[in-house]
Amino acid sequence: MSIDTETARRVAKLARIKVEDDALPALASEFSAILGFIEQLNEVDVEGVEPMTSVTPQRLKRRDDVVTDGNQQEAVLKNAPDAREGFFAVPKVVE
Amino acid sequence: MSELSKLTIAQARDAMRKGDTTSAEITSACLTAIEGADALGAFVHHTPEIAQAQAAAADLRIKAGDAPDMCGIPLGIKDLFCTKGVPSQAASRILEGFKPEYESTITSQLFDAGAVMLGKLNMDEFAMGSSNETSVYGNAVNPWRRTGDDAALTPGGSSGGSASAVAADLCLAATGTDTGGSIRQPAAFTGITGLKPTYGRVSRWGIVAFASSLDQAGPMTKDVRDAAIMLTAMAGHDPLDSTSADLAVPDFEAALTGDIRGKTIGIPKEYRMDGMPAVIEKLWEDGTTMLKDAGAKIVDISLPHTKYALPAYYVIAPAEASSNLARYDGVRFGHRAKLSHGDGITEMYEKTRAEGFGPEVQRRVMVGTYVLSAGFYDAYYNRARRVRTLIKQDFDTVFADGVDAILTPATPSAAFGLGEMTDADPIQMYLNDVFTVTVNLAGLPGIAVPTGQDAQGLPLGLQLIGRPWDEAGLLNVAYSLEQTAGFVAKPAKWW
Repeated sequence: MSIDTETARRVAKLARIKVEDDALPALASEFSAILGFIEQLNEVDVEGVEPMTSVTPQRLKRRDDVVTDGNQQEAVLKNAPDAREGFFAVPKVVE
Repeated sequence: MSELSKLTIAQARDAMRKGDTTSAEITSACLTAIEGADALGAFVHHTPEIAQAQAAAADLRIKAGDAPDMCGIPLGIKDLFCTKGVPSQAASRILEGFKPEYESTITSQLFDAGAVMLGKLNMDEFAMGSSNETSVYGNAVNPWRRTGDDAALTPGGSSGGSASAVAADLCLAATGTDTGGSIRQPAAFTGITGLKPTYGRVSRWGIVAFASSLDQAGPMTKDVRDAAIMLTAMAGHDPLDSTSADLAVPDFEAALTGDIRGKTIGIPKEYRMDGMPAVIEKLWEDGTTMLKDAGAKIVDISLPHTKYALPAYYVIAPAEASSNLARYDGVRFGHRAKLSHGDGITEMYEKTRAEGFGPEVQRRVMVGTYVLSAGFYDAYYNRARRVRTLIKQDFDTVFADGVDAILTPATPSAAFGLGEMTDADPIQMYLNDVFTVTVNLAGLPGIAVPTGQDAQGLPLGLQLIGRPWDEAGLLNVAYSLEQTAGFVAKPAKWW
């Protein structure tokens, strides 16, 4: 399958990665090469085969429904690029 | 370079217990070796103060007489592991300045056992790469060179710094992680031993996630015995990782008898690739003969879906990566782009991620986004997961037929030159993992053991694949192979 620059632009937008217009054609052609490689999978008969959800058959363990963590505001905010008054700060999102 | 940094874990353990040397002395020898090895680009964050303090504490424990096997052993830690208060960047610009407020389960277990951290090791960005060339820190370099040639070679990837550091005797051993071959391929490129455990054998908690259904950490060591010792210390159930298995951890070192009489070793015909170099074919044949001479029964087996492992991997791994890496948004940790006047939160995300992620990471995140997007999810992602089921069934079948372990080449070639693949399309680089990636898709344990050298003197490794949870049996076959192969070559020091 060949990916056009419009699709490449849409994927970059979905992935929230800024790609300049002049870089889109090269990106689209890389996608096309990779997807071409992936398309070998169409040769495989997967009729009736379940998609794998867990590579080792196991039941996920449950723990008691109690609070096990918390009260670590300072540690949580420690690595934030912009933290103010106990919050993460971001550009304005509402007018 | 002092001789002490050349010790294996077992040798150092025994010497410290006898009182012949101390952790402080071995640690100091390693720190000196590291200082003189900038040209290898292996250590990217140095933690000598932590190392010296841990060594002093270890020496007290050893003196008291109840020290675990890893006590006092100086290690390098891959940059993918979160280490409290120490930069943990996954070799990415987007985690610049990030110092975790917590310790990964594996490094906690190693430090509780008395191990010493010398520093953090170079790797491909977010463990995405096979040559350590996608790192924000620059390349890690292989201590091995071709005979009569000064060209810098790759140590492999993504655990390239770990492989380079262990092969160059900068540390006694290192942690690695393996999503598609990232422990075994660099181990093979540098003449060391690298083990990827069964999925769920070790905790993933506190390791920066790439593809969660495939990622597994493991030891990178100077020999098989050390891999057994270090795995024992790394393994075990962790309530913080719901996929870690609640199974008893055997004493893997005790399993190393070297007796493999009566074991059945499978040789998969699908791994005989078109255009396989003669030297790799010969290495594989020699390894087969060694195991046969040691009393194992050799059988030809078929793993019919092998060919589809790489394409399935390049759907599943990017899909999981696109989800895991969504957390790097410039809000909670790491890099945030400088914004222009009027930029909103979407611009902040997009600029931050464009600046913070390198080209290979961006490519994989976007491929993952594409295969998960509406209209393509079934055609790509679900189909790849179905093929993954078939790949696992291939292995289930041969194990049910009585195969104890499978012998294959570890890599399609010896280490290649840094920069050699720059102009190749990304798929050429992906082919490095052709023999290793099946093992991650099937969740199996696999180990790379050095068994020979090519005509230019570069090390070559074979891979053994084991039954799920049978690392003990796998390590014993690897031990037998190691003993017979007698690989003792070391790179000549040029750095």
